[in-house]
This record gives sequence, structure tokens and C-alpha cells, in this order.
Amino acid sequence: MSSSAPTLAAPAAPAGAPLTKKALTADHPTWCPGCGDFAVLAAFYRVLEKLNYPHEKIVTFAGIGCSSRFPYFVNTHGGHYIHGRALPFAAGISLGSDDLHVFVFGGDGDGFSIGGNHLVHTARKNVNLTYVIMDNSVYGLTKKQTSPTSPIGFKTKTDPTGAFDQPINPMRALLNSGATFVARSHATQVNHMIDMMLRAAKHDGFSVVEILSECVEFYEGAFDAANPRKGGAWKLVDEKKHDGTPEDAARHDPSDELGAMKLALEAWPGSFGVFYENNQRPTKNKLEAGLIARTREKTKGAADLDLLKASFARLR
Amino acid sequence: MVRHPLSVTPFMVSPNHPESGPAAARAGNPQSLSDVVIRLAGNSQDGIQSIGGFLSRLAGRSDQEVMTYMTIPSTISGGPSIFQVRMGNGDILSAGDRADMLVAFYQHSYDAHVGSLRPGGVLIYDTDHVKPAADDHRFTQVPIPITSATVEAVGGTSKDKGKNMFVLGLLARIFDLDVEKLTALVKERFGGKNEDVVRNAMLAFDSGYAWPQNNLRDLFYRFEAVERTGPAGRPQVTMDGNMALTYGLLAGGVRHGAGYPITPWSSIMEQLRTELPKYGGLFVQCEDEIASISTALGFSYTGHLAVTGSAGPGLSLKMEALSWAVMAEMPLIVVNVQRGGPSTGMPTNVEQSDLMQAIYGSHGDTPRVVLAPKNVEDCFYVALEATRIAREYSTPVLILTDQGLSSRIEAFDEPDLGSLMVEPKPDLSDRGADYQPYPLGRITHHAPPGTRIGSGKYPIVTGLEHDELGHPTGSPKLHQQMTAKRREKIKQLARSLPAPEQTGDSSGEVLLVTWGSNWGPGREALTRIRRAGVRSGHLHLRHLHPLPTGLGEIFSRYHKIVVAELNDEGLYGFGQLAMMLRAALANPNIVSVTKTDGLTFKVSEIVAGVARHIESTALDATLGAAPQSVLSRS
Ligand SMILES: Cc1ncc(C[n+]2csc(CCOP(=O)(O)OP(=O)(O)O)c2C)c(N)n1
Ligand code: SF4
Ligand SMILES: [Mg+2]
Repeated sequence: MSSSAPTLAAPAAPAGAPLTKKALTADHPTWCPGCGDFAVLAAFYRVLEKLNYPHEKIVTFAGIGCSSRFPYFVNTHGGHYIHGRALPFAAGISLGSDDLHVFVFGGDGDGFSIGGNHLVHTARKNVNLTYVIMDNSVYGLTKKQTSPTSPIGFKTKTDPTGAFDQPINPMRALLNSGATFVARSHATQVNHMIDMMLRAAKHDGFSVVEILSECVEFYEGAFDAANPRKGGAWKLVDEKKHDGTPEDAARHDPSDELGAMKLALEAWPGSFGVFYENNQRPTKNKLEAGLIARTREKTKGAADLDLLKASFARLR
Repeated sequence: MVRHPLSVTPFMVSPNHPESGPAAARAGNPQSLSDVVIRLAGNSQDGIQSIGGFLSRLAGRSDQEVMTYMTIPSTISGGPSIFQVRMGNGDILSAGDRADMLVAFYQHSYDAHVGSLRPGGVLIYDTDHVKPAADDHRFTQVPIPITSATVEAVGGTSKDKGKNMFVLGLLARIFDLDVEKLTALVKERFGGKNEDVVRNAMLAFDSGYAWPQNNLRDLFYRFEAVERTGPAGRPQVTMDGNMALTYGLLAGGVRHGAGYPITPWSSIMEQLRTELPKYGGLFVQCEDEIASISTALGFSYTGHLAVTGSAGPGLSLKMEALSWAVMAEMPLIVVNVQRGGPSTGMPTNVEQSDLMQAIYGSHGDTPRVVLAPKNVEDCFYVALEATRIAREYSTPVLILTDQGLSSRIEAFDEPDLGSLMVEPKPDLSDRGADYQPYPLGRITHHAPPGTRIGSGKYPIVTGLEHDELGHPTGSPKLHQQMTAKRREKIKQLARSLPAPEQTGDSSGEVLLVTWGSNWGPGREALTRIRRAGVRSGHLHLRHLHPLPTGLGEIFSRYHKIVVAELNDEGLYGFGQLAMMLRAALANPNIVSVTKTDGLTFKVSEIVAGVARHIESTALDATLGAAPQSVLSRS
């Protein structure tokens, strides 16, 4: 990564004015020229423009890594936390203020290695937030060590003769964990990224988009196999259209978990698109709100002071 | 010890007894009593904990406020279990070094605990299970077939369930307790269950209360009436330390939290999980301690000051995130209920060995606030104070309580909730164009997400060193300035702290210094030390980091500063607080009394520790002979 270059703040837009890229732009990205993450950032600006949420209600949050620098480059409320732990922090944001739109960014090491356990539990709890993983299959920030998605044979500073540990299959891991929206994209496909992130943001629950985002510095050509401009195959998930045609029967219904798992198990580089979407399972946000509502019904919505006084009265 | 000559008519019924049965006809002179230590030893399934619970609730409810108490909870669950109750009028400062009365349910209870009974004390034992040493004349022995009497009273179907109620009845008779109130408590307790349960409990209780008096002829006491000293109009409440701490957090406006179970912290998170939804808040059980502190920080970031907590091992896991909280200047409450370490150590024993971890744990220079409650009541007030400090100084605050306090039950004056309760609204008001998350020369106050920022430039909370706007910086100058900013606000807090509690002589031979739950034994130790003619004082620290100002001057008035704490003397011969005080004050007269047996300090252990550091034949002479409460005192 090159050195930091903060830019001047944009003046405040009047309330209700549509969100523009200008208003959303913050520090100039510190990524290496050509880094795949630039495209993810550009796509994310477009996503926010399209969503047009109230500016102050958007939160971007991240752990540590090149990709995790993301929040500095987006002018919204945000934070840069510690390595691998952005998800539980973001869960606190989402559950603490249900009216916020929470986006978490990070890398493959941050998400699948040090943060792996948090990914599993945030997914199974279905906390309402959107998580974008910029997978470059290498540790970028720390300069080329093996990552949990590094393929067997990839030579790194920690595996100079080639990695030999079985890599994680992110799609399979996410499905197993119980994420209710799982999609996959490629940083060279800007429109596809926008589409995936938009759908993820609109999903009520824990939504994840894994974006293959090349680290030009330490893993050049990692995702060429899925890049038509480099002779690769860009294969989209053929999503069911529910149009009653005979072809539609063979298409993938994102609510079909088994079908999603089949996609996840395809040989590299596999398919891109929405693998899975479950709109039935309630979010933790809703379940907690339900618990609060039921409890407060029992206490007849008593004021805080009266509740505490009553507790003490029982202990006399 | 002088045994009290007994009245001719051996028993007298409590004047509070609702009905005047045949027993009421007897008259006698109960011995007056101000303080008694009763140890109940049995198995945990016998419900001896609930005897203590009833006695303590009774103390809290007594019109005359004559009883306060402390208990030592069981150290093993499922197996042998003890419960020690100290009741008395006036201040009860410690659980009592030795028992005045032992109730032994089994042979193993007798074998293990007869040594804790003071010579001259009363040994009540279940003749169905216990054979005491035949030639042991040190105690007044009271053999009672507790098991068979209970079975007979209750009717056999429930086997020996109810022995605890039988013993409660017995104690009610012996100590002339308010039976009406006690009965009401029993009914309240079992009220939710079916009527048989209440009836059986009362049958056992009555049977114990009416136990043929000839076995008990020597035993009849009444607590001296005392003037109520607390603030008028507020009744006493009875609870354990973890409960008091939980309620302190609630009073302080904490409505959000996250945690992972570990003894002895779990009961706080369990209570918060049940209580918080009533207040519109929530507590999240996370996958581990790192996630817990992270989720709690997420809550705090949204403007809802949150709590996380654990015991030693879990606090270690939270350290990296704690460092972020210091760097990002995020308010947070971290409760650490200390237990015996290192590692899993002695998880159900008490120790104060997490002080250094609490103050200095984590990487980098990370000034934060550490407070420690001195007793159960103080758990409430320390929690409340922690919430205020966290908000005002935008800082993590650690509360260092301990296993002893966590489950010990005490009665104290109900706090004036009306005046203490804090409204927990996040401040989402618009911030001006000049808003900065990290202004130099001013304390940070974050704008939670949802807040509109006049400049249109939204703030980033960050663990990277940053400028005033939160931008990452590599500037050596800014790193120095920001490090100073984080340090100076904690020093500013130090200057605002009240002087520490100090009792005894304001100068002299010895200043005894304690922190945390050693407050009570420390206070009692001082009384004994002064009684032995040593000019001495006691100073107790609730604010451990920052330390209150002015300690150097106070310490200079004594020849020796003896710091008593429950941790190891370490490689250099000093406990953790002593080490820190020596570093902070460069006073070579600071010395240590430490121990790591997993038990709270006995008063005599502190006195002996002080004696080792000073030359006082008078003090030496009092060792071992110091009387505490005595049943036979009249
Ligand atoms: C607790 C901790 N351990 C290790 C590191 C060092 N570290 C920073 S980023 C990183 C890996 C980054 O890889 P990835 O998450 O894939 O992000 P990328 O840089 O590739 O975008 C490591 C090991 C750290 N900051 N904190
Ligand atoms: S991921 Fe690779 S290319 Fe991108 S900024 Fe980091 S080192 Fe540079
Ligand atoms: Mg990476």
C-alpha cells in the first residue's frame, strides 16, 4: 500500500438531497495502483447512490487489512476496528440502533481466518447487516503470506515451496454457517458487483457478498480464470425467473439450499451470482425486538425507575 | 470463655411468635447478643444456602434493623457445601474468622469443619449421620436427629427434604428470631409452587422450632436492640454482590451488554439478559469474550453505553479490543469478577490477582479507569460511578470485583433510586461544522451514527493513530499529542476523585492499606491493632487507577505502609497494589501482606501480617487471642 493522502471534506449536503459520489468520497484510497479494491469502492459508491439512504444513517465498518481500509474512503459514519473482529462490533451497531444501514468490509484473512468464528456466529444469528469480503487469496497488508483461501501450490513468504493446506471454500462455509444471503462476484465486473451489493443491502438479515478482488502486488492473475478479458470463463448463476417456461425448471432457485450447495461445490472458478437467499428466517434484530415487546407487555411498559424500585422492593 | 449460667426455666418462646402455645408459658432470660457467626455444613442439595438466604432476608426486613450478615458461599457445587452467616447489630465487616456455632449435617461436614468452631462454641449435629469425637469437651454439644425428625414431621414421602427448614426453625428458636416475618418469607419463597411444598416446608420449620427444649436448655439468645443508624425512611435490601452490581448498572442507565459465561461472572450476564428487555434494552450472549467486548463496543458506539464482563481468563481475551477502546476513546464498562488464577486456576475461590492485568493489560500505552467495590452495597455504587466516568471521560472503565463479593449476601440501606437513576438517551443532536471526534485539549465525545454532522464530513472511530478528525496519521508529533490527550483526561479524573476512606490515627506506626473486598477485614484488623496500643490507621482504595491524589502526603505520616491483598508477593516481595504504590510514590516504607489460599482474609491474618512488619510486643501478644463475637457473652 502506498502512503495516506487525506483530502478535504465535502461541504454538508442539505437534508434530503440525493446522495452523490461527491458527498460520499472521503480520503483518497491508499491502495496500490491497479488493486482490485478500487473497483469495489467505485461500485459501492454507486450502490449508496442508488439506495439513497439518509446520509447519517449509513455506517461502514471494517477490521484490519488492505481491504479493511475501506471506511476511510467512504464519507459516512464509520470505524476501523481490530483484525478479524469487525462483525461482532457491527452486530452491536445493528442491534443497538435498528434504523442504521450497516456495511462491513474486509479481506479473506480477516474474515475466514482470525475472524472465522465470528463469521459463523453472526451468520447463524442472522444479524441484519451486509458484509463484503474482498478475497484476494493472500495477505496483502502484511505482504504475501498464505491466506485461508490461498490455493494449494501458491508460493508465499510463509509457504515458499507452495501452500499445501486445504483452502476454505467461502461459499460452502457461508452456507454451512446459516447466512441468509450468499452471493459471489468479481471485481472486474462492476455492474454485477453493484447488483449483488444492492440485493445484499436490501436483504433483511445477514447478507454476504464475496468479491474476488485481485492483489496486483502479491497475487497477480489470481482470478484470471474467471475473467473473460484474460481468457477466463465468466459463468453467471442461471437464476430462476418464475416465468412458467420449461427452461425455467432447470434454473437455480436461490431459496434452494441444496442447489446453492451444489453451486458452491463446482470446480474453480465456479459460478457468480446469488447462490442463496432465505427470506423466511427472522433476523436477530426482530427476535430481540420481539423479546423486548413481550417482556414490556408483561411489565405493562413500566418506567425504568418504577421497574428498578420494584426489583428492590422484592429484595427487602 | 465464660459459659452463661442458664435460667431455671430453660426456654422462652419468641415474643414475636404469632400464637401462644404451651411453650409460651415458659419464661427465661435470653442472653443478650450483638454478633454471632453460624456455619452450616452439609451437602449443596440440602438447601443450606437457602437457610442463609432466609436469615439474611429476615435481617433486611427486621423492624429494628438488628441484623446484618455476611456469608461464605459453597466452594464446591453438588458435593459438600458450607454457608456461613454472621448476624449482628451494628457493622458486620467480615464473615468472621471462626464460627460460634456449627451445624453439621454429615460426618464429613463435622470432620472438615469442627476445626473452624471456636472453643466454647456450640456444636449442633445430626445424630442420624454424625458421631462426634467422644472425648472432645471443647464445645457445647447439641445432638439432634435432624434427618429423622424432619422425616417424621413432613410425613416421610419427601424423604429428608426439608432438613434445611427444620434447622431454620431451630435457629429461629435459639436466636429468638421474628417468626412471623420468617414465615412470611418462607411462604413468599415457595408461594409459586404447589401448596404441598409450602405446607411441608412449614411442617419442617415448626418441628425445628418446637424441638423439645431439654436438648437446647443452654441456648437461648436475643439480639440487642440498636438504634437504626441509616438514612431514615429507607428499608434494608438483601442481595449478593453480583446482583448489586447489576442493579448499579441499571441505575446508571446501562441498557446494552454482551458477554460469554464464566464463573463467577455468569450470574451478572444472566440477570442482565432477563432484566434488560424490561427496560427496552438487550444483552447478547456471544461466541466468545472477544466478540463480547466487540459487540459491547458496537453498542457504545451507537451511543448506548454498554457493559461486558468476565473473570480473569476472559479479561485476557478482551485485551486487544480494550486497547482499541482506549485508542478510539470509546466509553465502555468491563466487569471482571476475579477468581483464583493463573489459567483456570481455582475458579470458585477468591483472589485479587488481576489488578495488574486490569490496569496495565494489553499492548501500547493504554490508560483506563479501574474501580473496585469494597462490599456488596458498594458493588451498586461503584457500578453507578463507573457509568458516570465512562460517559464523562469517554473511556473504558473496569470494575474489579471478586468471587467473594459476587455471591456473598449482605443487607444494606436501599439506595435512593429516585435521585440516582440516570436517563440513558444517546445524544443524536446535530453536530456543528466544527465537530471533531478527537479534539486536542478537550475530552472526546463521539457523535453516534445517526447524528448529522454540519461539515458533511462524517467521523471515523479508529484504532490507528489519528488526527483530530480521525484520519490516520504517522506524525510523530500527533502520536505524542494524542498519547498525552488520552493520558491527561485520566489524570483530570484523578484530580476530581474524593479523598480515600481513612479511619484510625491520622499518623503513627502503621497505615494499613486495602482494596476491594478486604475493606471489612481491614477495618476489623485496625480495631485490633489499635486495641493492642499501636498508633495506626486504615486507608481503603476504591479508585485503583487513577489513584486519588494526595496519597504521598498521607503515607508520609506513618512509619510503615502495610498493603494487604489477596495475591502473590511475586519475584520482588510485593503484592500487585503494593508494587504499584511503590512505583507511583517511590516510598520504601510500603510493604506487603499477601496470601493465595483462595479464601478471604481472616482478620487475624492481617493482624499477624502487620505484626511481622512492625516491632510491637503488644500486638504479638494479641495474636490468636483476639476475641470476636461470643455466644456466651452476656
Ligand atoms: C491481532 C493481529 N494479528 C495480526 C495482524 C497483522 N495483520 C494485519 S492485516 C493481516 C492479514 C490481512 O489479510 P486480509 O484480511 O486477507 O486482508 P488484505 O490485506 O489481503 O486485504 C494481518 C495478518 C494484526 N493487525 N492484528
Ligand atoms: S491488496 Fe495487494 S494490491 Fe491491494 S493494496 Fe493491498 S497490497 Fe496493494
Ligand atoms: Mg487478503
